[in-house]
Amino acid sequence: MDSTILLFILQDGIVTGAIYALLGVAFVMVFAVSRVIFVPQGEFVAFGALTIASLSEGLVPGTAWLMLGLGIAAFVADCIADRRLITLKWLLRRLALDIGLPLVILGIAKVLAPMHLNILIQILLTFALTIPNGPYLYRLAFRPLSGASVLVLMITAIGVHLALIGLGLLVFGPEGYKMEPLWDAQFDLGPLPVTGQNILMVAGAFLVMLALWLFFETSRTGKALRAVAVNRVGARLVGIPTELAGQLAFGLAAALGTLAGILIISTTTVFYDTGFLIGLKGFVAAIIGGLAAYPPTVFAALFVGLVESFSSFWASAFKEVIVFSLLVPVLLWRSLTNTAHDDEED
Amino acid sequence: MRHFISGLGLAAFLSALGISGAMAEIKIGLTISATGPAAALGVPEMKTIPLLPTEIGGEKITWIPLDDAADPTKSAANARKLIAEDNVDALIGSTITTCSVPLIDIVGEAKLPLISIQPGTMMVLPMDDKRHWIFKVPPNTDIMAGAVLKHMQATGIKTIATIVFSDAYGQTWSNAAKQLMEPAGVKLVDTEEFARTDTSVTGQVLKILAAKPDAVIVGASGSPGVMPVKTLRERGYKGAIYGADGLAGPDYIRVGGKDVEGSFIASNPFTVAKQLADDNPLKATALAYQSTYTAAYQTPAPYFSAILRDAGSLLEIAVPIALKKAKPGTPEFRAALRDALESGVKDKALLSGVFSFTPQDHSGIDQRAAAISTVKDGQFVLVQ
Repeated sequence: MDSTILLFILQDGIVTGAIYALLGVAFVMVFAVSRVIFVPQGEFVAFGALTIASLSEGLVPGTAWLMLGLGIAAFVADCIADRRLITLKWLLRRLALDIGLPLVILGIAKVLAPMHLNILIQILLTFALTIPNGPYLYRLAFRPLSGASVLVLMITAIGVHLALIGLGLLVFGPEGYKMEPLWDAQFDLGPLPVTGQNILMVAGAFLVMLALWLFFETSRTGKALRAVAVNRVGARLVGIPTELAGQLAFGLAAALGTLAGILIISTTTVFYDTGFLIGLKGFVAAIIGGLAAYPPTVFAALFVGLVESFSSFWASAFKEVIVFSLLVPVLLWRSLTNTAHDDEED
Repeated sequence: MRHFISGLGLAAFLSALGISGAMAEIKIGLTISATGPAAALGVPEMKTIPLLPTEIGGEKITWIPLDDAADPTKSAANARKLIAEDNVDALIGSTITTCSVPLIDIVGEAKLPLISIQPGTMMVLPMDDKRHWIFKVPPNTDIMAGAVLKHMQATGIKTIATIVFSDAYGQTWSNAAKQLMEPAGVKLVDTEEFARTDTSVTGQVLKILAAKPDAVIVGASGSPGVMPVKTLRERGYKGAIYGADGLAGPDYIRVGGKDVEGSFIASNPFTVAKQLADDNPLKATALAYQSTYTAAYQTPAPYFSAILRDAGSLLEIAVPIALKKAKPGTPEFRAALRDALESGVKDKALLSGVFSFTPQDHSGIDQRAAAISTVKDGQFVLVQ
């Protein structure tokens, strides 16, 4: 192994790590706000990737129909759960947000998709098509269980994951998609060629995390989310709507997953079920980071990316084994050093 | 939940295709991985069912497809259900090797013919009382690897490396390199694996480059298999690249672009039908089927669809012979159907190759099913 190979592998590890960092951060955020281990995080990656791939081919993506379906389902579920609170205003508002919004976005997609517009518009449309799915899923599956234990929430999350995989096959079909790079440039850093796509992946992930940090530190909503994460009961007592916080967290998670999907689709072929494994590696990073704070998660994600790229050089047959085995020493170390019990697990 | 969803999807799919399990004279059961990780293979197979004949030898024929979601337990349950509840005369399936293996014991016990549509040789070898009932459509990987080896020897390649999928399909190619090519004097200098979902194969490719092989074999399928070829070329690899037969398809050129130019592909005659010589018996039938499939679904016909269509054609040959001996729905008919497959299929040119079965060899396709083509100006061109 010489220095050039080392540079290549380092670059590869950092680029993959940046994607895992986005997902790891999403895991930590969703868990902090809603106590859900969000197993379907990876599905947002696949759905985001397949949505932009369909748009770039001039087709109306399956996510548009999926979103309409989820919106209607969330509307019906809410009507049943809150049947005593229904007022005309409430009904109109829900109708507009749950059925009107997906219909409008579906209409926009139908008009814009065949026009092969600028890539930036396609990216914006992709976010519009995927982000509402996050809050819809929260209201459909997790809001009714907001008082349940972490274990029940996780089992629900696995159920949602399986359901989304099935729906993904239905709306996207079994074929994989791949796209041209968003930025087709190449720079030479000494012996190391750096592609524009690699720069986009790392810079995109970094900028989004910076924006998230600013959001949590300075904005009122961000602070409210943090308050819910620290103490749910306390947050509710001071008037923060915890369910709205849950919806917001799920929307952000969908946005982070979609971004990861848009960034990877030009480096690999994405199938309807590709997201799970990528999401799982983000989860490994979140666990190594302690499932609590963002900076350790980001460093852990870069570490996972580097371990993966080094093991693909030395022992490619055992790559996945090595990455997932990272969890064993970490969990051992955590359970030995941290004896305090989660106060919510009673 | 998964079974519910997959069942729901299948129900929607089948009702869309207008298939029902109505009573009929001859019943053929199919277990296909239409959902789950092998859906890319299973869905085109499902789409092939409406293109299969509805009548053979004057008898109405009913195809009863079930989804096994790439789950071996489910494929076994499907087979038992088809045999016990629907009293089928023959079985076809499953899409993938792991789902097919449990069927060996089942058809051995129930004594009815099974047409296997996956490439693994364990379905037909070693020949015994159970495999007596099983016939396989896709060629053994060794036939494809044999064609690659022949081309390598002709072009003077001495050392090779393999980069394969970390699944059963990839394993058959790394095994072929070890067991078939090494004894023939081609040295294997490096073996790498990657997963279908990997976003990068840079590490593996750098390792291969360091080993300096004359040629690299890419044992992968579909568009994810293009990634090693692209990465090898981007990193300046100048040697020969051989792609497995799973790569031979329009996606290889669409996704690979200029990076796959000049690489070699082990291919089946169906995929490169346009390139075949006009006197080749496979050419006319393959082109005719491709246009039928495209007319029905507006997409090119995948190889997996041709495999299932060939399974149907084998029955078209065997059923009329068996009908002379016994009535459908009886054990005698099932035995007669098996005998007819074994003795009646000789030198039959179907879509994916020329078929001949013998009592000892139930893998129908011979060496003629393997071709080596290269990519030139965005087209597959036959070289051997």
